Amino acid sequence: MINRLSVATIWVKDQNEALRFYTEKLGFEIRADVKNGDFRWLTVGLESQPEIEFQLSALKPSHALSQEDADQLTKLVEAGKLGIGPWKTDDCQGTYETLSANGVEFLQPPTDRPYGIIEAVFKDNSGNLMVLAQDKS
Amino acid sequence: MSLIPHKPIRLARHYMDHNYTAPITIEDVSREVALSPYYLIRSFRHVYRQTPHQYLVEKRIARAKELLRNSELSITEICVAVGYESLGSFSTLFRKVAGISPSSYRINSQPTLTPGYIPLCVCLLHGLENQPEL
Repeated sequence: MINRLSVATIWVKDQNEALRFYTEKLGFEIRADVKNGDFRWLTVGLESQPEIEFQLSALKPSHALSQEDADQLTKLVEAGKLGIGPWKTDDCQGTYETLSANGVEFLQPPTDRPYGIIEAVFKDNSGNLMVLAQDKS
Repeated sequence: MSLIPHKPIRLARHYMDHNYTAPITIEDVSREVALSPYYLIRSFRHVYRQTPHQYLVEKRIARAKELLRNSELSITEICVAVGYESLGSFSTLFRKVAGISPSSYRINSQPTLTPGYIPLCVCLLHGLENQPEL
Protein backbone atom coordinates (compact mmCIF):
# COMPACT_ATOMS: atom_id res chain seq x y z
CA MET A 1 0.00 0.00 0.00
CA ILE A 2 0.95 3.63 -0.18
CA ASN A 3 3.12 4.46 2.82
CA ARG A 4 3.80 8.15 2.94
CA LEU A 5 4.11 11.45 1.12
CA SER A 6 7.62 12.21 -0.12
CA VAL A 7 7.42 15.35 -2.26
CA ALA A 8 4.82 18.15 -2.31
CA THR A 9 4.74 20.97 -4.85
CA ILE A 10 4.85 24.69 -4.12
CA TRP A 11 4.42 26.94 -7.17
CA VAL A 12 6.88 29.85 -7.10
CA LYS A 13 7.37 32.88 -9.30
CA ASP A 14 11.18 32.76 -9.30
CA GLN A 15 13.11 29.70 -8.18
CA ASN A 16 16.22 31.60 -7.06
CA GLU A 17 14.23 34.07 -4.99
CA ALA A 18 12.05 31.30 -3.56
CA LEU A 19 15.14 29.30 -2.61
CA ARG A 20 16.56 32.29 -0.75
CA PHE A 21 13.24 32.89 0.99
CA TYR A 22 12.81 29.27 2.10
CA THR A 23 16.42 28.75 3.22
CA GLU A 24 17.38 32.16 4.59
CA LYS A 25 14.05 33.37 5.98
CA LEU A 26 12.15 30.21 6.87
CA GLY A 27 15.18 28.05 7.75
CA PHE A 28 14.66 25.18 5.31
CA GLU A 29 17.62 23.27 3.88
CA ILE A 30 18.23 22.64 0.22
CA ARG A 31 17.63 19.01 -0.79
CA ALA A 32 18.06 18.83 -4.55
CA ASP A 33 19.03 21.21 -7.33
CA VAL A 34 19.14 19.32 -10.61
CA LYS A 35 18.99 20.69 -14.12
CA ASN A 36 17.74 18.92 -17.20
CA GLY A 37 17.68 21.28 -20.16
CA ASP A 38 15.48 24.21 -19.15
CA PHE A 39 13.91 22.27 -16.32
CA ARG A 40 15.23 22.72 -12.81
CA TRP A 41 14.25 20.26 -10.11
CA LEU A 42 14.67 22.27 -6.93
CA THR A 43 13.57 20.95 -3.56
CA VAL A 44 13.87 22.08 0.05
CA GLY A 45 13.02 20.42 3.34
CA LEU A 46 13.08 20.74 7.09
CA GLU A 47 15.99 19.23 8.97
CA SER A 48 13.51 17.88 11.52
CA GLN A 49 11.51 16.08 8.81
CA PRO A 50 13.98 14.33 6.50
CA GLU A 51 11.35 12.18 4.76
CA ILE A 52 9.44 15.05 3.12
CA GLU A 53 10.67 17.58 0.60
CA PHE A 54 8.99 20.43 -1.20
CA GLN A 55 9.45 21.04 -4.88
CA LEU A 56 9.77 24.77 -5.66
CA SER A 57 8.13 24.52 -9.06
CA ALA A 58 8.65 27.40 -11.49
CA LEU A 59 5.58 29.35 -12.60
CA LYS A 60 6.66 29.91 -16.17
CA PRO A 61 5.63 28.57 -19.54
CA SER A 62 7.22 25.17 -20.06
CA HIS A 63 6.59 21.76 -21.52
CA ALA A 64 4.12 21.23 -18.67
CA LEU A 65 2.48 24.68 -18.62
CA SER A 66 1.18 26.69 -21.56
CA GLN A 67 1.53 30.47 -21.38
CA GLU A 68 -2.16 30.62 -20.50
CA ASP A 69 -1.85 27.96 -17.76
CA ALA A 70 1.19 29.73 -16.31
CA ASP A 71 -0.59 33.10 -16.35
CA GLN A 72 -3.68 31.71 -14.65
CA LEU A 73 -1.70 29.85 -12.03
CA THR A 74 0.47 32.91 -11.36
CA LYS A 75 -2.67 34.98 -10.81
CA LEU A 76 -3.99 32.47 -8.29
CA VAL A 77 -0.69 32.33 -6.39
CA GLU A 78 -0.31 36.12 -6.36
CA ALA A 79 -3.87 36.49 -5.09
CA GLY A 80 -3.10 34.11 -2.21
CA LYS A 81 -5.58 31.54 -3.48
CA LEU A 82 -3.04 28.72 -3.39
CA GLY A 83 -0.68 27.60 -0.74
CA ILE A 84 0.60 24.68 1.15
CA GLY A 85 -1.03 23.83 4.43
CA PRO A 86 0.00 24.55 7.97
CA TRP A 87 3.60 24.36 9.13
CA LYS A 88 3.61 22.95 12.65
CA THR A 89 5.62 24.51 15.46
CA ASP A 90 5.96 23.92 19.21
CA ASP A 91 6.18 27.65 19.78
CA CYS A 92 4.00 29.79 17.52
CA GLN A 93 4.81 33.08 19.26
CA GLY A 94 8.59 32.48 19.31
CA THR A 95 8.68 31.29 15.69
CA TYR A 96 6.48 34.21 14.65
CA GLU A 97 8.99 36.59 16.23
CA THR A 98 12.00 34.87 14.67
CA LEU A 99 10.44 34.76 11.20
CA SER A 100 9.26 38.39 11.51
CA ALA A 101 12.81 39.39 12.42
CA ASN A 102 13.96 37.49 9.31
CA GLY A 103 11.69 39.70 7.22
CA VAL A 104 8.70 37.37 6.78
CA GLU A 105 5.51 39.41 6.60
CA PHE A 106 2.58 38.08 8.56
CA LEU A 107 -1.05 38.75 7.64
CA GLN A 108 -2.06 37.81 11.16
CA PRO A 109 -0.06 37.39 14.38
CA PRO A 110 -0.49 34.31 16.59
CA THR A 111 -4.19 33.94 17.33
CA ASP A 112 -6.19 31.51 19.45
CA ARG A 113 -8.30 29.30 17.26
CA PRO A 114 -10.96 26.68 18.05
CA TYR A 115 -9.93 23.09 18.86
CA GLY A 116 -6.85 24.11 20.84
CA ILE A 117 -4.74 25.61 18.09
CA ILE A 118 -2.72 28.83 17.90
CA GLU A 119 -2.22 30.02 14.35
CA ALA A 120 -0.38 32.84 12.58
CA VAL A 121 -0.85 33.55 8.88
CA PHE A 122 1.83 34.54 6.37
CA LYS A 123 2.62 34.40 2.68
CA ASP A 124 5.80 33.26 1.01
CA ASN A 125 7.52 35.64 -1.41
CA SER A 126 5.47 34.31 -4.34
CA GLY A 127 2.14 34.79 -2.56
CA ASN A 128 1.44 31.26 -1.32
CA LEU A 129 -0.75 31.44 1.76
CA MET A 130 0.47 29.49 4.78
CA VAL A 131 -0.09 29.20 8.49
CA LEU A 132 2.17 28.54 11.42
CA ALA A 133 0.23 26.25 13.75
CA GLN A 134 0.79 25.14 17.32
CA ASP A 135 -1.27 22.56 19.23
CA LYS A 136 -1.95 24.00 22.67
CA SER A 137 -2.20 20.71 24.55
CA MET B 1 17.79 51.21 25.01
CA SER B 2 15.54 53.46 22.97
CA LEU B 3 17.34 53.80 19.65
CA ILE B 4 18.37 50.60 17.90
CA PRO B 5 20.20 50.90 14.58
CA HIS B 6 18.03 48.36 12.77
CA LYS B 7 19.63 48.79 9.37
CA PRO B 8 23.24 48.00 10.32
CA ILE B 9 21.97 45.16 12.51
CA ARG B 10 20.14 43.65 9.53
CA LEU B 11 23.26 44.20 7.43
CA ALA B 12 25.33 42.43 10.08
CA ARG B 13 23.08 39.40 9.85
CA HIS B 14 23.10 39.56 6.05
CA TYR B 15 26.91 39.69 6.12
CA MET B 16 27.00 36.59 8.36
CA ASP B 17 24.45 34.79 6.13
CA HIS B 18 26.79 35.21 3.19
CA ASN B 19 30.16 34.77 4.88
CA TYR B 20 29.65 32.21 7.64
CA THR B 21 31.55 29.57 5.68
CA ALA B 22 34.68 31.74 5.91
CA PRO B 23 36.59 32.08 9.19
CA ILE B 24 35.04 35.48 9.98
CA THR B 25 34.91 36.81 13.52
CA ILE B 26 32.64 39.27 15.35
CA GLU B 27 35.36 41.89 14.77
CA ASP B 28 34.96 41.39 11.01
CA VAL B 29 31.20 41.79 11.30
CA SER B 30 31.48 44.92 13.41
CA ARG B 31 34.01 46.43 11.00
CA GLU B 32 31.69 45.62 8.08
CA VAL B 33 28.76 47.54 9.56
CA ALA B 34 30.87 50.23 11.27
CA LEU B 35 29.58 49.61 14.79
CA SER B 36 31.72 48.86 17.82
CA PRO B 37 31.70 45.15 18.73
CA TYR B 38 30.13 45.95 22.09
CA TYR B 39 27.35 48.06 20.57
CA LEU B 40 26.78 45.52 17.78
CA ILE B 41 26.43 42.62 20.21
CA ARG B 42 24.08 44.56 22.48
CA SER B 43 21.85 45.82 19.64
CA PHE B 44 21.87 42.51 17.77
CA ARG B 45 20.77 40.68 20.89
CA HIS B 46 18.01 43.19 21.43
CA VAL B 47 16.65 42.70 17.90
CA TYR B 48 17.24 38.98 17.35
CA ARG B 49 17.29 37.67 20.96
CA GLN B 50 20.67 36.05 20.44
CA THR B 51 24.20 37.36 20.08
CA PRO B 52 25.89 37.58 16.67
CA HIS B 53 28.23 34.85 17.85
CA GLN B 54 25.32 32.55 18.74
CA TYR B 55 23.78 33.26 15.32
CA LEU B 56 27.05 32.46 13.55
CA VAL B 57 27.53 29.23 15.52
CA GLU B 58 23.94 28.18 14.78
CA LYS B 59 24.41 28.70 11.03
CA ARG B 60 27.76 26.93 10.97
CA ILE B 61 26.58 23.92 12.94
CA ALA B 62 23.42 23.63 10.81
CA ARG B 63 25.57 23.65 7.67
CA ALA B 64 28.00 21.16 9.21
CA LYS B 65 25.06 18.83 9.96
CA GLU B 66 23.86 19.12 6.37
CA LEU B 67 27.35 18.26 5.08
CA LEU B 68 27.75 15.38 7.55
CA ARG B 69 24.45 13.88 6.38
CA ASN B 70 24.75 14.53 2.69
CA SER B 71 28.38 14.77 1.65
CA GLU B 72 31.43 12.54 1.52
CA LEU B 73 33.65 15.26 2.98
CA SER B 74 35.83 14.29 5.92
CA ILE B 75 35.13 15.90 9.28
CA THR B 76 38.31 17.98 8.93
CA GLU B 77 37.11 19.20 5.51
CA ILE B 78 33.68 20.03 6.95
CA CYS B 79 35.29 21.90 9.84
CA VAL B 80 37.12 24.12 7.32
CA ALA B 81 34.05 24.38 5.05
CA VAL B 82 31.99 25.97 7.82
CA GLY B 83 34.62 28.50 8.82
CA TYR B 84 36.56 26.83 11.64
CA GLU B 85 40.30 26.45 11.66
CA SER B 86 40.78 24.02 14.52
CA LEU B 87 39.23 20.57 14.41
CA GLY B 88 39.37 20.37 18.19
CA SER B 89 37.34 23.51 18.80
CA PHE B 90 34.89 22.61 16.00
CA SER B 91 34.25 19.16 17.49
CA THR B 92 33.82 20.56 20.99
CA LEU B 93 31.41 23.20 19.76
CA PHE B 94 29.48 20.71 17.64
CA ARG B 95 29.09 18.37 20.59
CA LYS B 96 27.93 21.24 22.77
CA VAL B 97 25.25 22.35 20.28
CA ALA B 98 24.16 19.01 18.78
CA GLY B 99 24.64 16.87 21.88
CA ILE B 100 26.76 14.30 20.01
CA SER B 101 30.09 14.32 18.21
CA PRO B 102 30.28 15.03 14.45
CA SER B 103 31.22 11.41 13.71
CA SER B 104 28.33 9.99 15.77
CA TYR B 105 25.97 12.43 14.08
CA ARG B 106 27.13 11.18 10.69
CA ILE B 107 26.66 7.53 11.65
CA ASN B 108 23.24 8.10 13.23
CA SER B 109 21.58 10.24 10.57
CA GLN B 110 20.15 9.50 7.16
CA PRO B 111 21.08 11.50 4.05
CA THR B 112 18.41 14.04 3.19
CA LEU B 113 19.70 15.07 -0.21
CA THR B 114 18.66 13.17 -3.32
CA PRO B 115 20.99 14.51 -6.01
CA GLY B 116 20.25 13.56 -9.57
CA TYR B 117 16.83 12.12 -8.87
CA ILE B 118 13.72 13.58 -10.49
CA PRO B 119 10.47 11.64 -9.97
CA LEU B 120 9.24 9.99 -13.16
CA CYS B 121 5.87 11.79 -13.04
CA VAL B 122 7.76 15.10 -13.15
CA CYS B 123 9.94 13.81 -16.01
CA LEU B 124 6.81 12.89 -17.97
CA LEU B 125 5.10 16.19 -17.16
CA HIS B 126 8.12 18.17 -18.34
CA GLY B 127 8.98 15.93 -21.26
CA LEU B 128 12.38 14.95 -19.85
CA GLU B 129 13.66 11.91 -21.72
CA ASN B 130 17.25 11.82 -20.62
CA GLN B 131 18.59 10.99 -17.23
CA PRO B 132 18.87 14.21 -15.25
CA GLU B 133 22.34 15.62 -14.76
CA LEU B 134 23.65 17.25 -11.62
